Amino acid sequence: MIDQEMTPQEIKDQKPYLEWGLTEKEYDYICDHLIHRLPNYTETGLFAVMWSEHCSYKKSKPLLKLFPNKNERVLQGPGEGAGIVDIGDDQAVVFKAESHNHPSAVEPYEGAATGVGGILRDIFSMGARPIALLDSLHFGEINNAHTRYLINEVVAGIGGYGNCMGIPTVAGETTFDECYEGNPLVNAMSVGLMNKKDIQKGRASGEGNLIMYVGAKTGRDGIHGATFASTDFDSEHETQRSAVQVGDPFMEKLLMEACLELIQKHADWLVGIQDMGAAGLVSSSCEMASKANSGVKMNLDLVPQRESGMSAYEIMLSESQERMLLCVKKGNQADVRQLFEKYNLDVVVIGEVTSDHQYVLTHHDQIVTDIPVSSLTDDVLQEKCPERQPERLTHLKENSLPKIDDPAQTLIDLLQQPTIASKKVLTQTYDSQVRASTVAGPNATNDAGIIRVRGTQKGLAMTTDGNGRFGYLNPRIGGQIAVLEAAANVIAKGAQPLAITDCLNFGDPNDPEVYWELHQSIAGMAELCRELNTPVISGNVSLYNENNGQAIYPTPMVGMVGLISNVDHTVSSHITQDENLVYVVGQTADDFSGSELQKMLTGKIDGKVNEFDYHQTASALQKALTAVEDRLVTAAHDVSEGGLGVTLAEMIFDTSLGMDVEMNAQANRLFSETPGRIVLTVKPADQAAFEMVLGKDATMIGKTTATHELKVKTTDAEFKLNGTQLQHQWEDAIPCLMKSKD
Amino acid sequence: MRVAIIVFPGSNCDSDLHYVLENLCHVSAKYVPSTATNLDGFDAVLLPGGFSYGDYLRCGAIAALTPIMGAVRQFADSGKPVIGICNGFQILTEAHLLPGVLKKNDNLKFICRPVALQVENNGTPFTTKYVKDEKIHLPIAHSDGNFYADPATVDELEQNHQIVFRYVDQNPNGSVNNIAGICNRRGNVVGMMPHPERASEKIVGNNEGFKVFQSLLSLKH
Amino acid sequence: MKKFRVYVTYKPSVFDPQGDTITDAAKDLGYQSIQAIHVGKFFDIEVDDSKGTAAQTVEELAEKLLVNFNLEVYRYEQLGGD
Repeated sequence: MIDQEMTPQEIKDQKPYLEWGLTEKEYDYICDHLIHRLPNYTETGLFAVMWSEHCSYKKSKPLLKLFPNKNERVLQGPGEGAGIVDIGDDQAVVFKAESHNHPSAVEPYEGAATGVGGILRDIFSMGARPIALLDSLHFGEINNAHTRYLINEVVAGIGGYGNCMGIPTVAGETTFDECYEGNPLVNAMSVGLMNKKDIQKGRASGEGNLIMYVGAKTGRDGIHGATFASTDFDSEHETQRSAVQVGDPFMEKLLMEACLELIQKHADWLVGIQDMGAAGLVSSSCEMASKANSGVKMNLDLVPQRESGMSAYEIMLSESQERMLLCVKKGNQADVRQLFEKYNLDVVVIGEVTSDHQYVLTHHDQIVTDIPVSSLTDDVLQEKCPERQPERLTHLKENSLPKIDDPAQTLIDLLQQPTIASKKVLTQTYDSQVRASTVAGPNATNDAGIIRVRGTQKGLAMTTDGNGRFGYLNPRIGGQIAVLEAAANVIAKGAQPLAITDCLNFGDPNDPEVYWELHQSIAGMAELCRELNTPVISGNVSLYNENNGQAIYPTPMVGMVGLISNVDHTVSSHITQDENLVYVVGQTADDFSGSELQKMLTGKIDGKVNEFDYHQTASALQKALTAVEDRLVTAAHDVSEGGLGVTLAEMIFDTSLGMDVEMNAQANRLFSETPGRIVLTVKPADQAAFEMVLGKDATMIGKTTATHELKVKTTDAEFKLNGTQLQHQWEDAIPCLMKSKD
Repeated sequence: MRVAIIVFPGSNCDSDLHYVLENLCHVSAKYVPSTATNLDGFDAVLLPGGFSYGDYLRCGAIAALTPIMGAVRQFADSGKPVIGICNGFQILTEAHLLPGVLKKNDNLKFICRPVALQVENNGTPFTTKYVKDEKIHLPIAHSDGNFYADPATVDELEQNHQIVFRYVDQNPNGSVNNIAGICNRRGNVVGMMPHPERASEKIVGNNEGFKVFQSLLSLKH
Repeated sequence: MKKFRVYVTYKPSVFDPQGDTITDAAKDLGYQSIQAIHVGKFFDIEVDDSKGTAAQTVEELAEKLLVNFNLEVYRYEQLGGD
């Protein structure tokens, strides 16, 4: 607790705001141009948090403008809780991804759990019922006890929250690289389904309408979270304080049901609704007022509080979980109260909408804040930071071809690399089937998950893809590949890509090299989003991800949703019959820079990432989609980490069948990671029709067989591997690493 | 036939049961909140899976004390069919409508995957459409599915044919005698950890659980 | 040999959803006088004390393993011993 708040003059003189992240230039600008006086303690705190990158995107906004965010299907782009895309039949799909990297580094279980809780609130605050969760996790190498602890706790946190909420976790990715060791990336995505008529926005309009607080009580959670937690840890005599946010999925389940009942059955009572997420009450309330060009007046004594003696600053900045802010029509407050009380939830009128555009707070009968709403939201000084190409990129090694003496052993070794190996031991702790609509879940391969849309023939395919290695060697191509890989994943399931969400995980933007990486990555992603007509409809930016003073690899995570017109026509990523023809869509080139093979053989990544013709690649993928939709394909699996060899192996897993393929290239090409490829199998009877659709974009490489083995012939080698044994090696790798004792 | 689906705060498989009954079985299914006190007019009662009261204290413990459970007890005592699935099974044991307890899985983790089962008793209202000893696959999704009862109680269950489903090939959670589902002495109250409602249509993987509901529908009323 | 009991509880400032839910259940059962229930756990530990360092060992163990200082605090008492 802050015992004695500083006076405005003391704030000006002692500059505590510098520690809160506000610069002197910003402080002076606020005093001289926005409020024309010195802000008091509470107001300074509000400015500091609302002008942070996390809330204002002041550094990344100039770059985010590069993203396309509209097309004929987009109903809601960035700026609300989540983006919305029309899927026909008066229905819409809603989705967003969010990072919870820093909270998860401090307290991995609760950090991951509350990340899931936050993204779910974003979805249901739009009026949609969440139907799926996805994750994208990046950890250090599994070679020490702390990383194993982080993995166990993060995975348990995601499952603990999602399982209890009854939302299936249907897809995701988990990768491992040294650069994430002290700074794991924990990105969560949720997808919701709604009737178009139920779309809600976070708006507080209409003078005299009421601001209502619902859900959990406010504590000091999350106020300067990381600093509290680490100082606590060191102190000899444990302090009795903690700022770690603890999630309560049970409360959130009740909150979700109550909010959806309000929106779906009593929309006429409601003006707007918004999650209290980052920067809690202040950001939700001032954004709701800003979007409606209104003012708002709130009495903080009415806010339900879990702890005693909280200051106005603490009440406003608290990040206690499972809370929502509503704007309710005057006269309906009793109805709304009754509805939420039925769910045993706190529900209180804490303020009202005004017409004077001011943001006014009272606490203990004193006015503690009286500033223009826009000064917290729209007037934030945007900052395009200096940028410079990273030094390392000028010293990249010349590309050389890896020499593979024993391709069979290389494939076995690759299948046991943690990034490639089966994640079943982790994903089977997620409830992937609740809601009884999961057509494809997370346990088999890392393709997209599929949820059928009840009452229609449609399905939704969804995936998360982030690969920092290409971004480290070439941020622009890394950005392109992230989007392309996501598209290949959903297309392999027979889905037309609709749109994307993202989490941009980068280092400190004040480092010109990091800012350059951010700029280049966004530019690369934007190019592919235009090419594929998949606008960016929501997302978040997570900066300052550093490990021992080194920035993480630039890791843009792309979450994509695709629409399947007839879910009965979707294909398995495992082969389904013998004597089918095996094709690769897309050309395979010598792409080894940043590959899993390079990392495995040399222990690091280096070299130039080759440019690729993305018009050509996108057009080939579109043809592959047509072939799946025309039911010419019996199985499909995309090619990513580990290349074609890994894809072929994964396709025979969980079957009794095999493959016999021959490549007119050297064995190292089996492990090249040329982006945007898919392996498809086709019945001999459909060969002509298939080749008519794909033309030169698909190359036949062999056929499926009735024996459970993978036979491969290249120009310089030939090998045969038993499917059962190979699958065991792929499945046992991570459990084995997680059990080791060092 | 009119079926009641009890909704406890935190239940999350209630809508899946409702969908299977209304859309696939075409019977009337009504949600009944845990605050209700009577079940008049219903022919069967279903306790869904989920995390009632967040699984706080013990799974099912707080739900077992809710007002509706008095009515469920009366309903069961009258010989009418009651089934608890997953958390519903946990609630029935906490309410002493079924013996034993569901402990934490022996690997201490939540497990979601398909398991192989054998139908041991096809005489309950929920299993008549299965052949005795039929081998089926159903998904499980729980962290506390490790059935335990003292040896005398287990012997009694075995002797009275109260084991309804048993895990075969592999026991996923460490349950005594590989028990996956049981019934009361009279046979009208069934509890099971696997989720038949998630395996009632081919499109979601398999439909080998649908016979649980078809069995119920075939009861004469 | 000495016996100790280590109690691990949430810091008072940390949200305890389980405790709150159990409190509500107690009130629903009619125990209106119940104001709050807090959930914690205890560990009974038997330690060889031939070197006289048992208490110190228990403290070390609590701090290294039993307690998550982000969320929890602990105290301990001696239960008895030889």
